[in-house]
Amino acid sequence: MVAVAGAVNSANLSARVRKELRSAGRQGFLLDLTIEAPPGITILFGPSGAGKSTLLDCIAGLQKPEEGRIAVGDYVLFDSLKRLNRISQKRGIAYVFQTLALFPHMTVQENVAYGLSNESKDERSIRVAEALEVFRVERLASQKSGEISGGERQRVALARSLVTQPRVLLLDEPLTGLDAKLKASIVDDIRAWNAAKKIPILYVTHSRDEVDALGERVIAMDHGRIVSEGTPLEVLDAPRRKRLAQAAGFENVLEATVLDLREMDGVMRLRLAASRCEIEVPLGHAVPGDLVHVAIRAGDILLATQPPQGLSARNVLEGRLTSLERRGTLVVARVDCGVTFTVHVTPGAERALELAAEKKVWLVLKTHSCHFVDG
Amino acid sequence: MNVEALWLSLRLAICVSAILFVVGMPLAYWLAYSRWRWKFLLEAVVALPLVLPPTVLGFYMLVALGPRGPLGRLWVSAFGHGLAFTFAGLVIASVLYSLPFAVQPLLASFETVDRKLLDASAVLGAGRLRTFSRVIAPLSMPGILTAVVLSFAHTLGEFGVVLMVGGNLSGVTRTISIDIYDRVQSLQYAEANRTALLLLVFSFAVLSLVYGLNRRAGRRLWSPWPAQ
Repeated sequence: MVAVAGAVNSANLSARVRKELRSAGRQGFLLDLTIEAPPGITILFGPSGAGKSTLLDCIAGLQKPEEGRIAVGDYVLFDSLKRLNRISQKRGIAYVFQTLALFPHMTVQENVAYGLSNESKDERSIRVAEALEVFRVERLASQKSGEISGGERQRVALARSLVTQPRVLLLDEPLTGLDAKLKASIVDDIRAWNAAKKIPILYVTHSRDEVDALGERVIAMDHGRIVSEGTPLEVLDAPRRKRLAQAAGFENVLEATVLDLREMDGVMRLRLAASRCEIEVPLGHAVPGDLVHVAIRAGDILLATQPPQGLSARNVLEGRLTSLERRGTLVVARVDCGVTFTVHVTPGAERALELAAEKKVWLVLKTHSCHFVDG
Repeated sequence: MNVEALWLSLRLAICVSAILFVVGMPLAYWLAYSRWRWKFLLEAVVALPLVLPPTVLGFYMLVALGPRGPLGRLWVSAFGHGLAFTFAGLVIASVLYSLPFAVQPLLASFETVDRKLLDASAVLGAGRLRTFSRVIAPLSMPGILTAVVLSFAHTLGEFGVVLMVGGNLSGVTRTISIDIYDRVQSLQYAEANRTALLLLVFSFAVLSLVYGLNRRAGRRLWSPWPAQ
C-alpha cells in the first residue's frame, strides 16, 4: 500500500455518480447524485434500496458508474471523461461491509495484517499491534475470527480496514444488530481514531436512531437521488421533500400556498393549490405567500357521507368520490375536493357507507396529521 | 495379481490427477467468476464425459490422437511417434474423461465462497492471485481434496476410454481394469476376483472419504450430476 501511505490529510471526498440500477423483479432507477464529504463523519441516510450501498461500491471501485468523477482531494479514483478507472486495490479506500466479511479461516491478527502485505515484517507487526490496541481487541489477536462475539467482530473489521491508512473510510451499516451502548462506544473509538487522521467517513444507515446518535452531517437519499442535506435535526424533523415524504409512506403530497400564520395557536392556514380548499396545519418555517407541500397519509383521513358535526378536527373538506379500488383488505378511494386525495378505508366501511363513485363525501383531517413539507 | 498392471494404473492415476489439479483450478475459477454469456456452453462441454458412453469419447480421442488427427500430427512432428496406444495418449484421454470429476467439486466450493470476502480482499489491496491463494483456496480445501481424490479414483477405474485409445499392451496400456477383463475372458475368475475386490475396497474407501468431507464442509461438493 505504498501509494496509500502518502495519503494527504484533510482532503474532501467528492463524488459525482450516474449509474443505472437494476435489480431482479423490480423496476430499475437511476443513481444520480453529487456528494461532497469533508473530513469527519457524513451520514448517508435513506430507505433500503435507495442506492446507498451502490454509491459506496462505486467509490470503492467494486462497481463502475456509467458516468461521473470520484476523487479524494487531488487523487482521482474515477473519471469517465478521461476514461480513468483505478482498480479497487489502488484506491486506498477502507470499506467495512454490513456483513463485515472477516476472513473466517484467519486469526484476528492475520485478518488485520491482510492489507499490509507490501510492508516490511517489522512495520507490519507494529501497525497491526497499534490497530488492535486502538480498537481494543489485542487480547483476541490469536483467535479465529469466527469465534469472537458481535461488537468485537465490528472492532476487528474496523482495525483491519484502518490499519492500511486509507484516504476514505466507507461504513455500510456496520453496527447493525448491536445495542445502543456498544454502538456508542465503537463510534467513540472511530471518532478518537479520526481525530488524528482527519479523513472523510461515509456512514450508511437506514436507522433514524443512528442518525441522531452520530450527529454531524446527514445526506438523505432516496431512489438514487439526494433529497435533503444538513444536520440530523434539519433532515429528520419533518419530511422535507416530496420524494422523502412519499418514501416515508405519505400517499398525499399536495402543493399549497401559505395564507397566514397563527403563532398563538401553533398553526398556519394553507390553501391547497388550484382549489378553494383551506386547511390548518402545524406551524412551520414559512411566511404568507410561500409555496409549500403538505404530506398526509391516506390512512389518517376520515371519510363521511354526511356533513360531520361536533368534531375536534379542524379540517373538513367537501368532495366527490371518483374511484374505488380494492387492494387486498384495503379499499383505496380517490376523492376530488378540487385537488384529489387518496383515502384508505376498510371493506367494512365501504359497505356500511355504501360508497360508490360520484357519491358526495366529506373528508376530515386532523391538524397534526397534516405534515408541513417545505420547498 | 498383475503387479505390472496395478503399477501402470497407479502411474496413470497420479499423472492424471496432477494434470487435472493444475488445469482444473483455473478452469473452475473461470467458470465460477466469469460473466461471459456463453459460459454455459463450456460448462456443458466439461460435463460431457459424465453422460457420453466411454466408447464415444474414446472413439473421437482415437481419431484426434491418431497419426492423421490434429493432436496426433502435432505429437508426431514433435516426438517422432504417434499418440494412440501409448501411455501419453492414455494420459491425455484420461484427463478429458475425468475432467468433470475435478472441475465440479472445485467449482461448487469456489461458488460457495462469500463474494463479500473477495470484495474485502480487493479493497485491502490484494490482486487476484493473492485473493485466490489466501482466501478462495483455503476456504475451498474440502472441495480441492475432493477433486484430487475423485480424479484419482475415477482414472484408476476407467475402462472404455482406455481400451479404445490405448488398446491392451502389457506394461504400456494394460491397466488394472483391462487386466480384470482379460482374466475373465480367459476364465481366471479367482485372479479377476482378487484384483476386482481390491478396486472395490479402494473405491469404497475413496467415496467414504469424499462423503465424509462433504459432511464436514456442511454442504455437497460433489454429486454425480453437473452443478446447478
